[in-house]
Amino acid sequence: MIKKAFTKEHVVKYILVAFALSSLLFLFLIFIFILAEGIPLFHKVGLKNIIFGFKWAPTKGSFGIFPMIVSSFLVTFGALIVGAPLGLSCAIYLSEYSGKRLKLFLKPALELLAGIPSVVYGFLGVIYIVPLVRNHIGGPGFSLLATSIILGVMIFPTVISISFDALMSVPKTYREGSFAMGATKWQTIYKVIVPSAKSGILASFILGMGRAIGETMAVIMVAGNALKIPTSILDPLRTLTSNIALELAYATGDHRLGLFSTGVVLLIIIMTLNYIASFAIRRKVLK
Amino acid sequence: MPKLMGTVLLVLMVLPLTFGACSTKSTQTKKRAVTVAGSTSVMPFTEKLAEHFMVDHPNFIVDVQGGGSTAGIQACLNNTVDIGMSSRQLKNEEKRLNQIIVCYDGISLVLNPRNPISDLSLKDVRDIYSGKIKNWKELGWIDRRIDAVTREEGSGTRGSFEELVMKNEEIDDGIMVQDSNGSVKEVVATDPYAIGYISLGLVDNRVKAVIIDGVGPSIDAIKLGQYKIVRPFLYVTHGELDDSGKEFINFVLSPIGQNVLKKEGLIGAYD
Repeated sequence: MIKKAFTKEHVVKYILVAFALSSLLFLFLIFIFILAEGIPLFHKVGLKNIIFGFKWAPTKGSFGIFPMIVSSFLVTFGALIVGAPLGLSCAIYLSEYSGKRLKLFLKPALELLAGIPSVVYGFLGVIYIVPLVRNHIGGPGFSLLATSIILGVMIFPTVISISFDALMSVPKTYREGSFAMGATKWQTIYKVIVPSAKSGILASFILGMGRAIGETMAVIMVAGNALKIPTSILDPLRTLTSNIALELAYATGDHRLGLFSTGVVLLIIIMTLNYIASFAIRRKVLK
Repeated sequence: MPKLMGTVLLVLMVLPLTFGACSTKSTQTKKRAVTVAGSTSVMPFTEKLAEHFMVDHPNFIVDVQGGGSTAGIQACLNNTVDIGMSSRQLKNEEKRLNQIIVCYDGISLVLNPRNPISDLSLKDVRDIYSGKIKNWKELGWIDRRIDAVTREEGSGTRGSFEELVMKNEEIDDGIMVQDSNGSVKEVVATDPYAIGYISLGLVDNRVKAVIIDGVGPSIDAIKLGQYKIVRPFLYVTHGELDDSGKEFINFVLSPIGQNVLKKEGLIGAYD
C-alpha cells in the first residue's frame, strides 16, 4: 500500500515536471522559430535597410521599419506619460493612506481592470476616445494621442501592482524613523519611502512599457496605422506589433519574412526591457 | 475526497493531449468535403453559396475559410485547399493555376453622409491617395485635412484599387490603414472628413457612394461598362479538381448560384 502511494506520488511529480519544462520548451521554440524565419531577410536586404529604412512597401521590395520602431517607442512613452503618474499616485495612496477596507475593495477592482481583454479597450477607444480627439482637438482622431491614452489606462494596473509591492516592502522602521525626526506624512513619502522603493517603481514603469510596446489589438483599432513617422500627437501611426498583425493574413514570400524580421526587432526590444526590469528588481532585493 | 480531486486534476492535465487527437475525425467519414479558402471579400458570398449548395446536396460539406487572396492562392498552390478565392487578378507567377471568374464586384469610393461633396474625378481620387491633395478646401469644401483610409498591403481590394485607380502612382505613407472592408466603412461612417473604398455590395446608408467622373457605382453602370472600378471575384484551382469540387463550381456558375450572388449586389459572371 505504501509502495503504491509512493509510485503515484512519483507519477504526479514527473507529469508536473514535464509540464513545467514544456513552458521552457515553448519559449525556446518560439525564439528559434522567429529567428529562423526572420534572420534570412536581414541577410538578403541588409540590417541597415531594414532597421533604418524609411520605406515599407514589402510587395515592392522595401522593408524599412524605422518609422514603426520610432512609433512603437512614441506610443510607449505616451502611455507612460498618461499611466505612470496615475499609477504611482494610486499605489502611494493604497500603501500609505487608504484604510484596510478600501484597500480590500480597490485591489480586486484594479486586478479586474488588468483582466479586461484588450479588444474591449480598443473598442472603447474607437467609440469614445477617437471621436473625442477628432471633434475637440483635431486631426483624424486615430492618433498618437488616442493610442497613448488607451495604452496608459492599460498599463495602469501593472504600474500600480508592482509599485504597490515595492512601497509595501519598505520597512516600517523607515517610516517610524522619519516620523520621529518630525517629518510630516507627505515629507516621509516624498523623501523616504518613494526613494527607497525607487528601483521597484522603476521596474513597474519598465514592465508597463513592455506591456505597452507589445500591445496589438487595441493599438490597431485606434492608431490609424499610417506608415509615416507622426509629426504631431494628432497624426496616425503604426507600431511594430500592429504591422505584423495587420499584414500577416495576406503576406507571402518576402513580405512574410519581412513581418518576421519585424518580430525579431520587437522580440529584442521586449527582451531588453524585461531584462532591465528584472535587473532593477533584483538590485532592490540584494540591497 | 482529496484522492478524487487528485484524479480529476490528473485527468484535466492529460485531457488536452488526447482530446485534440480524437475529436476531429468522426464527422467527415461519409460526407464529401470541399475546402475553399482565400479572400475575405469573397468569403461571405461563398458562404452563402455553400449554404444553398448544402441544402440541395445534403451529402456534401463545403468548408469556407478566410485568410486573404494571397493566402488562398498560396494554399491552392500547396494543395492544402481544393479551391482558392481571390479578389484580385493573378500575378504572373500564379498564372499556372486555373482561374474561374465567379462574378464581378465594383469598388466604391465612400464618403461620410455629412460630406457635401458627391462626385470626384478619378484623378482627384488618385491625387488624394498619392498625397497631392491633402485638404478638402482643394476640392471645394472646408479647410480641413482629408482623412483618407486605405487597406493593408497584400489585400485583394487594395491590389485592385492600386491597379484600377492609382495606375503607376504609389499610395502615400501618411494615409491611414485599416484591415477590413468593415473597419474602413466604420471609419468613414463616423468621421465626416474621411474617404475610403469598399466593396460595392457592402455600401449601405451609413456611407455615401461617390460618383466618379459622372458615373455612380451601380450594377447597371457596371454592366454597361460605364463604371470602371470593377474587379473579378475568382475561384482558382490547382490542376484537375475532384468530382465534389467540380460539382460545387458547376453549382456556383449555374443560374441558381448566379442568382444568389446577384441578390447580394454582385454582377453575374455572364452579364
